Amino acid sequence: MQAFLKSGKIAGNGDKKAGTSSGKPPKTKRAVPWVEKYRPKTVDEVVEQNEAVSVLQQCISGANFPNLLFYGPPGTGKTSTILAAARQLFGDIYRDRILELNASDERGIQIIRDKVKTFAQLTASGTRPDGKPCPPYKIIILDEADSMTHSAQAALRRTMEKESKTTRFCLICNYVSRIIDPLTSRCTKFRFKPLKLERISERLEFICKEENVKFDEESLKALVDTSGGDMRRAITCLQSCAKLRGSDDLIKIEDVYEVTGVVPSKWLDQFVAVCKKGDYDGLSNFLNTMMYEAYSGLQMLEQLNEIVVHSDLFNDKQKGFIGAKLGLVGYRLQDGGSEYLQLLDIGCTLMSAFKLI
Amino acid sequence: MSLWADKHRPKDLLKVDYHKEQAENLKKLTQQGDFPHLLVYGPVGAGKKTRVMCLLKELYGPGVERLRMEQMTFTTPSNKKVEIMTVNSNYHIEVNPADVGIYDRIVIMDLIKTVAQSQQLDVNTQREFKVIVLTDVDELSKDAQHALRRTMEKYIGNCRLILCANSTSRVTAAIRSRCLSIRVPAPTNEEIISILQSTCKKEGLNLPTELALKIAEKSDRNLRKALLICEACKVEQYPFNINQEIPLPDWHVFINDMAKEIVKEQSIQKIATVRTNLYELIIHGIPNQLIFKTLLDELLKNCDVELKSKVVEHAAFYEHRMQHGNKHIFHFEAFIARFMCLYKKFIEDVTSGF
Ligand SMILES: Nc1ncnc2c1ncn2[C@@H]1O[C@H](COP(=O)(O)OP(=O)(O)OP(=O)(O)O)[C@@H](O)[C@H]1O
Ligand SMILES: [Mg+2]
Repeated sequence: MQAFLKSGKIAGNGDKKAGTSSGKPPKTKRAVPWVEKYRPKTVDEVVEQNEAVSVLQQCISGANFPNLLFYGPPGTGKTSTILAAARQLFGDIYRDRILELNASDERGIQIIRDKVKTFAQLTASGTRPDGKPCPPYKIIILDEADSMTHSAQAALRRTMEKESKTTRFCLICNYVSRIIDPLTSRCTKFRFKPLKLERISERLEFICKEENVKFDEESLKALVDTSGGDMRRAITCLQSCAKLRGSDDLIKIEDVYEVTGVVPSKWLDQFVAVCKKGDYDGLSNFLNTMMYEAYSGLQMLEQLNEIVVHSDLFNDKQKGFIGAKLGLVGYRLQDGGSEYLQLLDIGCTLMSAFKLI
Repeated sequence: MSLWADKHRPKDLLKVDYHKEQAENLKKLTQQGDFPHLLVYGPVGAGKKTRVMCLLKELYGPGVERLRMEQMTFTTPSNKKVEIMTVNSNYHIEVNPADVGIYDRIVIMDLIKTVAQSQQLDVNTQREFKVIVLTDVDELSKDAQHALRRTMEKYIGNCRLILCANSTSRVTAAIRSRCLSIRVPAPTNEEIISILQSTCKKEGLNLPTELALKIAEKSDRNLRKALLICEACKVEQYPFNINQEIPLPDWHVFINDMAKEIVKEQSIQKIATVRTNLYELIIHGIPNQLIFKTLLDELLKNCDVELKSKVVEHAAFYEHRMQHGNKHIFHFEAFIARFMCLYKKFIEDVTSGF
C-alpha cells in the first residue's frame, strides 16, 4: 500500500512538471497505451516484489550492485524494475550506461563475444558530465535470456567474471530452468511472483482515477480475477474496457468477460451435460459449434478444470482420471495440437469418467 | 472480374454485416491513438481480415487501400538470403512470417525494427505510428514469438502490431499479455443467408431462401466459402433452382472415399494404397488439420461409442505428434494403422459374439 500511495504522488508531480516545465519545450504528448504510460518510473513504484526492490534501493543509495537474475511469469514487473533502477542510478546518461539485448536481437556466441565484450570493456567514470556522482559501472541487461542458446550462455560466463570491475549483468527470463547453472550461480536470484490480486486491484483503481474511468466493484473484481496475477494483462484489459465503452458509460461485467476472453459458463455447462449423456455425436456437434465461436481452447480447459475440481458430480477417482487427461491435453494444445481434436479427447474422457464409478 | 467475396467486401467499420456492436466498439477504441497491440482471432472466413482492413481505413483514411505487393529480403546471421512477399500501403505493411518457415524470427526481428525506425511518410495523418499486420501468428515458431516480446513493448510508440490468428492456444502467454484480444466468431447461418441474399441483390440476381439455407449449411459457417459456393451455383445454372445440387468439395469426397476403403479392409496392402491417397491430398495443399478432422469424422461413423472414444484418444495423440515432425505422412499412417487394429478387433469381437 505504501508503495502504491507513493507512486500516485510521483506520477502526479511528474505530469505537472511536464506541462509547466520552464527549460525544455513541452514534449508533444505521445499517445501510448496505458501499460507503457503506467510503467513504474522508479523502483518504489513497483508493486510488490519486495526482495528485488529493496536490494535495488540499497544499490541506488550506494551499495554494491550484484549481478542479478530476475525470473517469473509475464507481466510481473521484471523489465520495468531494472529499467527504473537504471534510470535512477544513472539519471540522464542512463542510455550510455546500459546495453539492453533482448530476444529480438541477435545473441549468438559471436555477438556475446564482440558486442557484449566491447561494451563491457568501456570504462565508466564515477561522475556524470554535469559533475554529479554516479556509480562507476555499466549494466548489461539480457532480457528474455531464456531464449539464448546454451552455447551463447556459456560464452557469457567468462565475460561476466572478467569484466566484473566495470560491468554488472542483469538476466531476465520467464523460465529459470533454461538458464545454465554456471550463470545462475553467478547471479543473485529473484523470483517475481504473480502479483497478489489485491495489489492489482489497487493499481487499477489508481489508474481508473487518473483516467476518469467509471468501474463498479463487481466488474473490477472480475477483471482482476481473470488476470491471473499478470499486471500487464490487467492494465491492457482495463484500457480496452474503458475505450470500448467510451467515457460516460459504466463498464459492465459482460464487457470484462468479452475483453478477457472468458468462456461464458453456459458453454461449459453444456459441454459437461453432453458428456454426461454419453452422446458422442452430440459432443462432436457441440464442439463444432463452439469452434465457430472462437473461444480459446486453453481458456476452456482452465475453466473446465475449475469446474471438475469443485464439482460434486465426480468422486475423487473420477477427478484424478479427468485431471490427468486435462494436463495432457493442455500441454498438447499449447504445443500445436488442434483445438477440436484435443477438446474431443477430453470430452470422451469425461464421458468415460461418468461411466466410471 | 473479381470474386463476389472480394468485390462486396465491406470497406467501412460501420458497414460490416454482422458483429455490428463489436465494429462500433473497435471504432471507439481507435479514435484515440493510445490503443494497445491487437490480437484478432477467429475461425477461417469469419471476417478477421475485413475488420482489420476497415480498422486501418478508420485510422488512416482511404490511403490504406492503395496497396502494393513488394518483396523484402532479409539476411540471416549465416548469410542466407530469405525472401518474403509483403502487401503494404504508405501506412501499414502486412506479412505472413510463417511463409519463410524456420526463418520467421529473422523476418520479425528485422521488419519491426525497420518499420519502427522509419518515419511516417505523411505527417498530416495525425498518427505517429505505423501498423504491422502479421497473419497466421499461431503458426509462428516459439523462437519468433519470443523475439516479439520485448520488441513489441520497445517500439510501441512508432509501431502498432495487429496479429491475426485462428486460435489463441498456440500464442504464448507472454504475447497474449501484450495484446488486446479481439474475438471474431464465425457468422451464424442466418447471417450468412442474409448476406448471400443481399449480395445476390447487388448482382441483380434473385436467390431463393431455401437455396441460401442449403448453401449456408454446406459452408461450415465460413462466409467466404458460402459466397464462393453461391457464385459457383450461379455459374452452374441461373435462374437458381431450389433443388440445385451443392456438391461437396473434391478433397472432401476424396477423403470420404478413403475412409470407406479403410473401413472395408484392414491390411498392409490397404495402408499402401491409402498412402498414395494421402500424398495426393498433401500435394494439393489441403491443410493437415483439416484432413485429420475430416478423416476422423468419417471413420467414426462406423464405430460404437466405446470404440469412438478410443479412436479419438489416438487421433488426438497422433495429430499432436504431427505438429512436431515435418513428415506429416508418417503420423497419418500411424493413426490409420492404429485405427485398423482397433477396428479389426472390434469387428472380430462383435462377430464372435454370435
Ligand atoms: N510489479 C508491478 N508494479 C507495477 N506495474 C507493473 C508491475 N508488473 C507489471 N506492471 C505493469 O505491466 C507492464 C509490463 O511489465 P514488465 O514489462 O515489467 O513485465 P515483465 O515481467 O518484464 O514481463 P515479461 O516476462 O512478459 O517480459 C508494465 O508496463 C506495468 O504497467
Ligand atoms: Mg519483460
